[in-house]
Amino acid sequence: MTLLDPRVLGEWWNTFLRSGGLSEGWVIFINAVVVTLILMGFGLTSVLIIIWAERKIAGRVQDRLGPNRVGPYGLLQSVADALKLMTKEDITPERAERITYNLAPGLAVFAVLMLLVVIPFGPGLIAADLNIGVLYVVAMGSFGIMAALMAGWASNNKYALLGGFRTVAQLLSYEIPMVLSMSVPVLFAGTMSLHKLVEMQANFRWFGLIMPTAFLIYLISALAENERTPFDLLEAESEIVAGYHIEYSGLKFAWFFLAFFLNTLLLSAIAVTLFLGGWQGPFVDKVPLLGVLYFFLKTVLIVFVFMWVRATFPRLRIDQMMALAWKVLVPMALALVLLAATAVKLPWPPLARDVFLFFSNIVMLFVALGAIGRHLRQEAERFSGRQKWATSSSTTS
Amino acid sequence: MLNTYAVVGLFAVVAFTFPFITLLMARMLRPRKPNPLKNSTYECGMETIGDTWVQFRAQYYLFALIFVLFDIELIFLFPWAVAYNRLGLFALVEMALFIGMLALALVYAWRKGILEWQ
Amino acid sequence: MVLQAVFLITALLTLGSALMVVLHRNLFISALFLIASFFGVAVFYVLLEAEFLAVAQVLIYIGAIATLIVFAIMLSRGMMTGRTSPRNAQALWAAGGSLALGAALLYVVVFRVQWPVAEKAVPADMIQRLGTGLVTDYVVPFELASLLLMAALIGAVMIAREKEV
Repeated sequence: MTLLDPRVLGEWWNTFLRSGGLSEGWVIFINAVVVTLILMGFGLTSVLIIIWAERKIAGRVQDRLGPNRVGPYGLLQSVADALKLMTKEDITPERAERITYNLAPGLAVFAVLMLLVVIPFGPGLIAADLNIGVLYVVAMGSFGIMAALMAGWASNNKYALLGGFRTVAQLLSYEIPMVLSMSVPVLFAGTMSLHKLVEMQANFRWFGLIMPTAFLIYLISALAENERTPFDLLEAESEIVAGYHIEYSGLKFAWFFLAFFLNTLLLSAIAVTLFLGGWQGPFVDKVPLLGVLYFFLKTVLIVFVFMWVRATFPRLRIDQMMALAWKVLVPMALALVLLAATAVKLPWPPLARDVFLFFSNIVMLFVALGAIGRHLRQEAERFSGRQKWATSSSTTS
Repeated sequence: MLNTYAVVGLFAVVAFTFPFITLLMARMLRPRKPNPLKNSTYECGMETIGDTWVQFRAQYYLFALIFVLFDIELIFLFPWAVAYNRLGLFALVEMALFIGMLALALVYAWRKGILEWQ
Repeated sequence: MVLQAVFLITALLTLGSALMVVLHRNLFISALFLIASFFGVAVFYVLLEAEFLAVAQVLIYIGAIATLIVFAIMLSRGMMTGRTSPRNAQALWAAGGSLALGAALLYVVVFRVQWPVAEKAVPADMIQRLGTGLVTDYVVPFELASLLLMAALIGAVMIAREKEV
């Protein structure tokens, strides 16, 4: 059974390299090259599958078939699309600032690809187990923000610039609750290394089960960070046509597209790592390779939820979007951090503490939902009152 | 520790150059027939009127400013969270004070109507 | 040897983009070069095995401050359209002055300061130590930081409201 343990395999591989008389520097270099090739290959192929799945799921939800012409079940549709995008003409608008314009899609892809390095795919299967893993994930998001700003500015198009502004405002606003909710698992585990965070969630003590509200805040913020419905007002086709990447065509557009779908996968993978126990599951200590299966099953589940949400929900207005971030999610996340910190210091047995945390999370969720509901009812009453009594119909922006 | 970052570094170089190399390679495959109409800025069937870089609402800036403050708070929060298990009750009180002050500022901005998107 | 090569390349890129910040005619692109320069500093932190500082550098300087600077440029009328000139009547004096100051600082830093060399490697639990330090030895600056952040937010709110009236 030890043969199925990636850690043992890794050791075996390293001794094999060293037995050939290689110096330590070369061993590191060869390993880095191998890891890079595997991760790039994985990242690029997984995007093709995710795009297919998104279209298929959206199709099923909306009572359509989805792609079904190219290959069995339309599986090769994404490959055909990729080939098509590669051979499309690449139009650069003449008023664009060329260098920045060309740099932006590459930076967007870079920001997302870099996350692959810190994802623990299984026990010992992590490219770089950084001590600051969680913050590294957040830091890479900064480059994504810069890419959106650069694309919006360099296109020299009003829609693009407006889309860029909206994107940045949304990404900044939802980064705060997202990172606050990510600090809860860090608080429990006492480490920021993503691999150790998974190890701390053994025996179904998943942080998402103890703190369901924190998990929910992460999921909502991840939807917004990924610019997904219901937070896709950045590319609202009916208002600003496509957002910051309106002027991009051909392969450059494909890079924004790739960054978007890969981000969906990786945000889900991070959700699983932080809140759903990563590769933890029954019998993982016996057969470590099972962990990879568990990890992907959970990740696919979260990705499916994202796609389901996209196919189901309408879009938010910009004022609703900002209000949700700053008036609901940020205060809730701040309270959750303090709640978790208080519970850890309670002199109770661990199980009682977890149960207490679970129920106080649920209570908090319902209090928040009640407050939102009351506010929306008031809003609706005010609106209908104005409709009735206003002498001239004025539209609200 | 630097050995771990060697992987990150090499991956970063590949991840950054990859999009541009493929763009250059695809140049052999794709057609290139520019014309003035095709290269003009995209609009709803009309020529773009005026300059793109008009003044935008200052509220974007305000939200960015609030974001900076919370971002700095997060940077303080994480080392605290990592060390929390080995610290006493005083750590909780101190962080509650820290978060409380920022929450107070947020409440202030809320009451003054800054968080309202007009 | 690899480390030295990485250091030299990063140093050249960092200094080059820092120079371009001053010299480029377009303010937005200057800001982009500033980001490149910030990123170079983050790489230095990694080379010094100060990973927390590196990630804080990226998060705060690139993610927050640079975005703020870019927003400030984009929101100011006239900053985006006209290409500002990096030179003016004082350019020569300023260049001479900066060169002299830079040379003096370099001289002091290289020849006069006794740089203490850490005897041991960076401890593995560096971040725990940092977190512990924040709430024990450095608790006053830590709490003052939150006070400062609050004051900054209230100040921003005041300025924004003043405009509307």
